[in-house]
Amino acid sequence: MANGEFLEFEDVSKYFGRIRAVDGVSLSVRKGEFFSLLGPSGCGKTTLLRILAGFERPDTGRVLLNGRDITALPPHERKVNTIFQSYALFPHLTVRENIAFGLRIEKRPKKEIAEEVERMLVLIQMEDQAEKYPDKISGGQKQRVAIARALIKKPQVLLLDEPLAALDLKLRQRMLMELDLIHDEVGITFLYVTHDQGEAMSLSDRIAVMNGGIIEQVGTPGEIYEAPRSSFVAAFIGDTNFFEGRVAEVVGGEYSRLVIDGFPEVLCFNDKHISVGNPVYLSIRPEKFHISREKPETGNRHNVVQARVEDVIYQGLMTRYWVRSGEYRISVARQHSRFLLDETPIRWDEDVWISWHADDGYMLERYSESDEKLVSLPPENIGEVNGEGNGAA
Amino acid sequence: MKRSRVPLVATVAMLVFFYLPIMVLVINSFNASRFGSTWEGWSLRWYLRLLHEREIWYALKNSLIIAFGASFVSVLIGTAAAFALHRYASRLQKTHYAMIFAPLVMPEILMGIGLLLFFVALGVNLGLFTIFLAHVTFCISYVAMVVLGRLQDFDFSIIEAAQDLGANWWTVTWRVLVPLLMPGIVAGGLLAFTLSIDDFVITFFVAGPGSTTLPIRIYSMIKHGSPPLINALSTILLVVTFTAVWFSQRLMEDAK
Repeated sequence: MANGEFLEFEDVSKYFGRIRAVDGVSLSVRKGEFFSLLGPSGCGKTTLLRILAGFERPDTGRVLLNGRDITALPPHERKVNTIFQSYALFPHLTVRENIAFGLRIEKRPKKEIAEEVERMLVLIQMEDQAEKYPDKISGGQKQRVAIARALIKKPQVLLLDEPLAALDLKLRQRMLMELDLIHDEVGITFLYVTHDQGEAMSLSDRIAVMNGGIIEQVGTPGEIYEAPRSSFVAAFIGDTNFFEGRVAEVVGGEYSRLVIDGFPEVLCFNDKHISVGNPVYLSIRPEKFHISREKPETGNRHNVVQARVEDVIYQGLMTRYWVRSGEYRISVARQHSRFLLDETPIRWDEDVWISWHADDGYMLERYSESDEKLVSLPPENIGEVNGEGNGAA
Repeated sequence: MKRSRVPLVATVAMLVFFYLPIMVLVINSFNASRFGSTWEGWSLRWYLRLLHEREIWYALKNSLIIAFGASFVSVLIGTAAAFALHRYASRLQKTHYAMIFAPLVMPEILMGIGLLLFFVALGVNLGLFTIFLAHVTFCISYVAMVVLGRLQDFDFSIIEAAQDLGANWWTVTWRVLVPLLMPGIVAGGLLAFTLSIDDFVITFFVAGPGSTTLPIRIYSMIKHGSPPLINALSTILLVVTFTAVWFSQRLMEDAK
């Protein structure tokens, strides 16, 4: 990834009437990178992709590809190709003709086209389906044809617009692996749009989390999960517990003490240097807690809180405990070894201690509207909404 | 439970009601008798006689010229209209739709009188050209409705896919759009053709000297000529129309 910025959005905005679909987005993607735009529906990710493909003209800003301003180029003059969510295969052409379409338009020599198409058919393992029409092949096969049809143009960037959304779960997982293999094999830049954090996490080199037309955070999957920059990112990616508090004291620059109603004072890493007196959220992921019957020995950076178990849900991979402490219902996840040999598992209605390291809690500023909505969601719902699919870390 | 016979009987009765008069006409066209009232055995003499009726051939030629011309032009305009209706959002689209749709339900006699007054006001000589224009006006609506039906289940991301793969506007139109809409366009054209070739009321108003079409010729033959000849001619017209409609239906179904 030595080439630095390969694809750049500079202060790009797009309005639909009064709606700001994309609001002053600046973003750089590196050459060869698998880059994802992740966000809920209506967050502007698809609009951003369509601006890059040339189907939408931004109201402000520029798009640069390989140093060249392509903002005003029509779609057919851009060296980018798109995989559409609906596949958008040509129903009146066979698989072979679909794949050849892009090269035929370029009026390449027939022999060359035939060779390229054959190469693509091998890549997607559909040599024996080449003469079929799109309505005679399966969803996964359509997906592969769409990929081949785009790749044969040797684009500088391949755009994928929720390419797996129309497939069932099993097939989605298989295509996920295939996409990953194809990316490794062809080595071109992928820009992947999805609302599914699992897909984004498992495929991407870097992810941009979008919400309400802006980019909340750009980072590797690990950075985004472990060190969310905003309460939206913390809630959207994986599961988390939010606590409302206020900064009481800054300890040695790196750490802060927080006051949270019904809790003893809590120590937390303060990478954002939020000043004393400011309202904050403390976000702690369920698996960062340690749960025990006896009060644990605490190092100087550990926080310990007493709680009562309200629910125990065994899920195989882990056990989820819902514990009550003050007004908070907290989700705690714990993995086991030698589970069946444990004679004293923690049960419902027991008093326990939960503890976590100051570095595992994240302080997030509390100011925007979306934050208020978050508070109104009871913690149970936050857990439900984001589902159990958070094995992504 | 035993199924009721009422629906079957009702259906058959209705079909008989529809088609019996036409059957009488078709059978009588093979009747050797000069007058339809008695049966004098099978004969093709009226069909043979038709070959020698120069005025009928002249009227047929007029009808064909108008039908081909009107369906061709209305296909072009009607397809464009359907496309505009489907693709562009505007507050005026409801009005646009109503105006395209209106000729389908408007009494023909009103359209006929309206067109006649219009042509007279403009000082246009009535003749083949005015008939052609009149037919185009109502055929556009039919074509537009048929093509619109096709567009409604058309996936427009296909067009974006073609542009994405390097196709400019021209290529998209001829390599993607037209081939995919062709069944709808042809069906609309066939429908327009059948409507044009047997239109009587509107044509009657806007026709001028020397521009007699087949339906008008038939009408004047009823008044002055020989009924068996009309039977034969009507049967031929019937077969042509049914064939065209059948093709048009087939195309619409294949497309689904």
